[in-house]
Amino acid sequence: MTCDEAEILLHALIDGELDAGHARDVETHVAACPACAEKLRAFRAMRETMAQAPLKEAAPAHLRNRIEAALAVPAAAVSAPRQSWLASAHASLRESWKNFFGGFAVGTALSAAVAASLVIAVVRNDQNQQIASDVVSAHLRSLQAGHLTDVETSDQHTVKPWFNGKLDVAPPVIDLTAQGFTLIGGRLDYINGQPVASIVYRRRKHVINLFVGEPLGVAIRGVKDEIVQGFNIRHWNESGLDLWAVSDIDAGELDEFGQKFTAALHAPAPS
Amino acid sequence: MTATDNVDGDKARRFRDAALPHLDDVFTLARYLMRNAADAEDAVQECYLRALHHFDSYRGPAMKPWLLAILKNVCVAEFARRSRQPVPAGSAEEDTPLEEVPMWQEPQASPEAELLRRFDDATIRRLVGALPQPFRETIVLREINDLSYREIADIVGAPVGTVMSRLARARAMLRTAWNAEDGS
Repeated sequence: MTCDEAEILLHALIDGELDAGHARDVETHVAACPACAEKLRAFRAMRETMAQAPLKEAAPAHLRNRIEAALAVPAAAVSAPRQSWLASAHASLRESWKNFFGGFAVGTALSAAVAASLVIAVVRNDQNQQIASDVVSAHLRSLQAGHLTDVETSDQHTVKPWFNGKLDVAPPVIDLTAQGFTLIGGRLDYINGQPVASIVYRRRKHVINLFVGEPLGVAIRGVKDEIVQGFNIRHWNESGLDLWAVSDIDAGELDEFGQKFTAALHAPAPS
Repeated sequence: MTATDNVDGDKARRFRDAALPHLDDVFTLARYLMRNAADAEDAVQECYLRALHHFDSYRGPAMKPWLLAILKNVCVAEFARRSRQPVPAGSAEEDTPLEEVPMWQEPQASPEAELLRRFDDATIRRLVGALPQPFRETIVLREINDLSYREIADIVGAPVGTVMSRLARARAMLRTAWNAEDGS
């Protein structure tokens, strides 16, 4: 366990939110690390001081009376808010309650599984997560003026050779104009420190970046869809390549794009 | 009295029995979220009226976090409403410790004082109240309202991991402020 990790988890230890296994891990680290031991001691003392101090404030009697009086009136009569500023709270409340009840189904105890996933979250990001966020960053960069394409053409036979010598792989460049996705060009980009081809398509006003390279992270089976920072990502492996399509079009259309790309890739070459 | 009145009366009584014991908790959180006592009291009252209104759909498990979540939503909606008004920027919730709390006045700390002096309650409240959001609400929900990480996560609408890191930050900031107070 690193000090960074212990710095978060020692609070969970103080608060009794760790299962026995993780509590032991933190204690083992603290036993060997004077800096973290000092923190644990200080935070524990602070917590005890706060626990002993009567910090909870008593609601004033006039407020208690006011609320008791309001609750005694039949519900219909008090449903109008007492003050105008409170009216705006109502609509958003209805929505947030729905989410709120959903959240509580999980239960109140921090289970061993949750604690385990926390540790993972603290220690390292999943590699594909990291790549997904890289993919979105590259997509955003590409949308800035003049960054979208290095070679701008709708002719796949111009785009494909442009990548020759720039990459160790030959990315499939497929014109999908007939299927509703217009090829507008290509670009060399970097994801996770590796050079990749970005093949750029347009769907109505929306740009789709298809990043193609050697496997960048953990190989996946099938197709993985996710949303990062509001962008839809479709990730799949094909012919020994890693493919990441990212766009602000909706997930259904991006899936359609991926399927048409795959179908065209495997279609017999035109004579 | 009609049957409906009986049902409503029964519901209101059950709600009072379940919800009023948590009034101090709700009020305390309101004091840390809102600018002043009057706004806090309005928010608490609205919280209870809303909770009664939705009591039929309440499924538990615990009344206190449910009420605190409603209170949090009432306060958030109020800040959102105010931010749409043409008021000077920066007057939102970020900058306001509890203003009536008296300053700490105690004799100078002795050199052999412990690392963390036993401050009086008012000093601790002032130091907690001076923390920026969202660290303030996180530590109040943990230390004063005595909720679990999972319950706090549900109330503030963040993952448990975020609650953990906020709590670590909150306690680190509080410790720094505490030590500065000690030395002054």
